[in-house]
Order: sequence, then structure tokens, then C-alpha cells
Amino acid sequence: MTVVPAFLSGLVAARRARRRSGLVPAVVIGLYLLVAVAGPLLISYDPVRTPLEDRLLSPGAVTSSGGTAPLGTDALGRDVFAQVVYGARTSVLIGLTTVTVCLLVGVAIGCVAGYYRGWVDSVLTRLVDILQAFPGILLAIVIAGVFTPSLWVIILALSVTGWISFARVARSVVLSVRERYWVDAARLLGVRPRRLLGRHIMPFTVGPLVAMATLEFALVVLAEAGLSFLGIGLPASSVSWGQTVANGKEYLNSAWWISAAPGLALSVLVISVGLLGDTLTARYGRARSR
Amino acid sequence: MLTLVIRRLLAGVVVLWGAATLIFLIVRVAPGDPATVLLGPDAEPAQMAALRTRLGLDRPILLQYGDYLGRTLHLDFGDSYRLATSAMDAVVSRLPATVDLTLTSAVISVLAGLLLGSAAGIRAGSGQDRIVTTLTIVLQSFPTFWIGIMLILVFALGLRLLPTSGAQSLSSLVLPAVTLSFPFTAIVARVARSGIAEAMAEPYVQTALSKGLTPREVLTGHVLRNALIPVTTVVGLQIGALLGGAVVVENVFAWPGLGTLVVESVGNRDYAVVQAATLTIAAIIVLLNLLADLLYAQLDPRIRAAS
Repeated sequence: MTVVPAFLSGLVAARRARRRSGLVPAVVIGLYLLVAVAGPLLISYDPVRTPLEDRLLSPGAVTSSGGTAPLGTDALGRDVFAQVVYGARTSVLIGLTTVTVCLLVGVAIGCVAGYYRGWVDSVLTRLVDILQAFPGILLAIVIAGVFTPSLWVIILALSVTGWISFARVARSVVLSVRERYWVDAARLLGVRPRRLLGRHIMPFTVGPLVAMATLEFALVVLAEAGLSFLGIGLPASSVSWGQTVANGKEYLNSAWWISAAPGLALSVLVISVGLLGDTLTARYGRARSR
Repeated sequence: MLTLVIRRLLAGVVVLWGAATLIFLIVRVAPGDPATVLLGPDAEPAQMAALRTRLGLDRPILLQYGDYLGRTLHLDFGDSYRLATSAMDAVVSRLPATVDLTLTSAVISVLAGLLLGSAAGIRAGSGQDRIVTTLTIVLQSFPTFWIGIMLILVFALGLRLLPTSGAQSLSSLVLPAVTLSFPFTAIVARVARSGIAEAMAEPYVQTALSKGLTPREVLTGHVLRNALIPVTTVVGLQIGALLGGAVVVENVFAWPGLGTLVVESVGNRDYAVVQAATLTIAAIIVLLNLLADLLYAQLDPRIRAAS
């Protein structure tokens, strides 16, 4: 049994409480993932079905089909709660896919630039300068607007600038690790560049990249919602938080919940991811490149 | 200093050339014939044929690209099929509103960010610091379009203090500018915090404190000047993000700037205007980044020496 002085036990309790509160974002994110995966299986929602007799019902009202609408209904009588649940799936799906694409592309490019340096690195730096002459969201608006709306177009539009931060992090880690003794030793032993990169250098990029991926996920989810708020990118048949917020804008006076609910769902998700990303960044450092 | 200016200017020109090329490629790979794309869906066949000859669409792509660069140099992006003006005129008429919005928002962000950053940085690691750090994450996480709508709901529809949208009077500027300031206040606060926290650990601060100056006097007299250097740079470098944010925020408040113009033009496939507007924004960003770089060198002699 350990004896802890009174003043110390207070400190210990405070630290424990802080560590526990650090878990809250992870739990919230887990909840969103669960809703995104399982929610649509439990709640049915058809964006084309518009029971007009149920239009603009307030939260908790009973619909004509006998059910309750916990978050009310929109101007076409569609359930807002169901839209929030289905919107979670859209956001999580686009967020995860885009971050995966950006991660793969960014790490490949960043590692090559950091390892080989020279003209490859210079060309890449210029390319990044050019892409960053545009605000990311502007480039996404133009790309998503030019092509026929689809999920893949959105992912492409968000990936065009999304890979940059990963490439930067990977490049800076590779640049510093490649000068270390064990890398020299491996090189002298005749290990080929590809294996050298994969086995002796890249493992060190994992921590910073995970932290980066978390922050990037938050940015992608925000950007996707922004695009669908502007009515660009996703086909009208899909359900997205940004779209629902935009739909509710005309009815702020009579039915504020249409815009409020999905925006709140979006904010809570992005805040949780941001808090988690901050914890990870503090732990793995380096990743704060923007 | 002069070689630094020249080198940065050349780099800026290269970036703008790349930006123009990128936009050329995007409009080129867009589904549909560029003549249809530029003239819009309702163009007459004779008009189309004329434009095809004018654009030289029957010629090799490299020649077309050369022509495009030449016209871009003369700021000639063709006419908007929708607005009955040249694309560049449309952009120029909308530019002032965007400048008003971004500048106002930049001022709000810097003031609020410095305040928050000072509160956090002066006692790094304290409870106050942690609260501000968490607050910056929250501020940065809110989707601006939603914050804008919630501000409309409360201040325009609920309290009836401010107009919901448009740009009839100065009061119309308040809600869009505040909305746009949310994420940028957070960015400025973070930079100011780390600048101030770093400076607070410097020996000259210890000296000032041991002379008996209060922390507030040390902050305003010694620390803030140094912390302002990274803040200046970050404002210059983040102007791109600020303009990107403005594109979204303008559409929430029907603010008659470049952002609403771009989204309208993308929606109507008015690519002459899209090209003119995106390249104008790119040019502004490149120019301001350049200024931020040079200002940084001017403010911090160590940078000048290093380059």
C-alpha cells in the first residue's frame, strides 16, 4: 500500500482527471464512426420521399406516419435527424478516403524528395508553391464545379492540395533521418535505396503522419461540408451536412433547427478531431507545419 | 536586400506562370468543348465557330497554350457570356468588396488574437494557457458557413441589431467580418502565444522582471515587439486562407465580392470569369506573400543576414 501525502494526492487526481478528459474526444469520434456505420442500418431515410404534410415540423413533433421527428423536419417534410445520421456517413466516408489518398500520395512524394533531394526536390517545392498560390477551397470549388458531380470528384478536388502537408512532414523526417549513423551503416552494407527507405527511414514518419492525418481529416470534413453548402460537388441525391445547412437557410425565421442541427453535429466532430490531433501533435511533435 | 527582392520577384513570376498553366489545364480537361465551356450552354453555332477560330482551337495545343499565356499577360480573359462585360471588368468591379471584408476581418483577428495569445503566452503551461489553447482549437473547428448562419439567426433575426445580408451600409460588414475572423483569430492567437511564451523565457525578460517591472509592463514594453514579428508574417502568409474563407463567407451573406462571383460563375460554367477571378486571387496571394517575406526580413535583421 502506498502512502500519498495530501497535497500530492490532489495533484495526482488532477493529472488523472486531465488524462481522462483527454479521452473524451476519442470517445466522441468513436460515436460518430458508429453512427456513420450503423446509423443508416437502423434509420431509413429516402431523400426523394417528400411527405409535404409534415413540412417544417418542430423538434419532437409527431409526423403523419405516426413516428416522432426528434430534430424536426425540413421544408419538404424530410426528417432532420435522419439527415444528420446519413450526413455523418457521407462526411466520414469522404474524410477517410480523401485522407488515405493524400497520405499515400504525400508520403510517396515526400519520401522521394527527402531521400533523393536535388532536382526532384526543387521541382516539387515549386509545384507546392504553385498549388499554394490558390486558397485550397477555391481550387476545390473550381475542380469540383467543372466536373460532373460525384463522390470521386469531391475526393479528387480535396486531394489536389491535401497531400501537401503529408509530403512536407514525410520530407522533413526523411531529410533528418537519412543522415543518421544506422542509415549510413545500412547503406554501406549494401542495402538498396527502396529497402533503406522502407525499413530504416519510413518507420520514423509514422508518429508525425498519424498526428497530421487527424488534423487533415478535420480540414477535409470541413471543406466537404463547405462545398456541399455552396451546392458544388455532390449529386443532389446524396445527403450531406453542408447541404442540409444550406437548405435550412431560407427558413431560419420559422425553422432554425434545419440549419442548426447538422452544423452542430459537424462542429462537435471537427472540434473532437482537432482536440485529438492536438494531443497527438504534442506527443509526436514536428507535424505542426501549417 | 536588393538581390533578395529580385530573387523573390522571379520566384513569384514562376509561381504565377504555373498557376495560369494549372487553370488552363483544368478548363481544358473539363468535359465538353472549350468553346461551349467559354461561351456557355446557350451559345449560337456561328458564335461558337467564331470563338473557335479566335481561340485557335483547331491548332496544336502547345500553340493554344502560348496564345493563352499571351492573352493572360494582357489581362485578357475574354468576355463573360453571362454578365455582358469582359471577365476582367467583372472581377475588378467585385474586388473592392472582398478587400473590405478581408481587411476588416484581418484587423479583428489580429486584435483578438493578440489579446488571447498574450493571455496564454504570459503564463505558459498555466490553466489560463490551456483554456486559450483549447479555445483556439474550437474557434478553428467551427465551419464558417454555419457560424455565419447562427450569427444571422441571433443578431439579425433574433435581436434585429444587424442586417442579414447584402452590402447596403457599414453595419452589413459586421457579421461577415466577424464570421471570417473565427479561424484567423485562432491562428494569430497560436502564433502570438508561442512568440510571447518564447520571449518570456529570454534573459532580458528575466532582467526586466527582476528590476521590478510588472509582467504587464514587460509584455507591452519588451515582449510584444518581438512577438509581433511572427504575427506579421503569419498574417501575410495566411492571407490566402483568409481569401479562401471569404469565398465561403461571402456566399452566406450575399456579399458582392469575388467569392460570390466565383461560385456563381462556376455554377453557370462561365469559365472566362472563373479564370480571371482565380488568377487575380492567386496574384494577390503571391504579392502579399512576397511582401510578408520582405517585411519579415526588414523587421528581423537576422533573416536579412542569412539570405
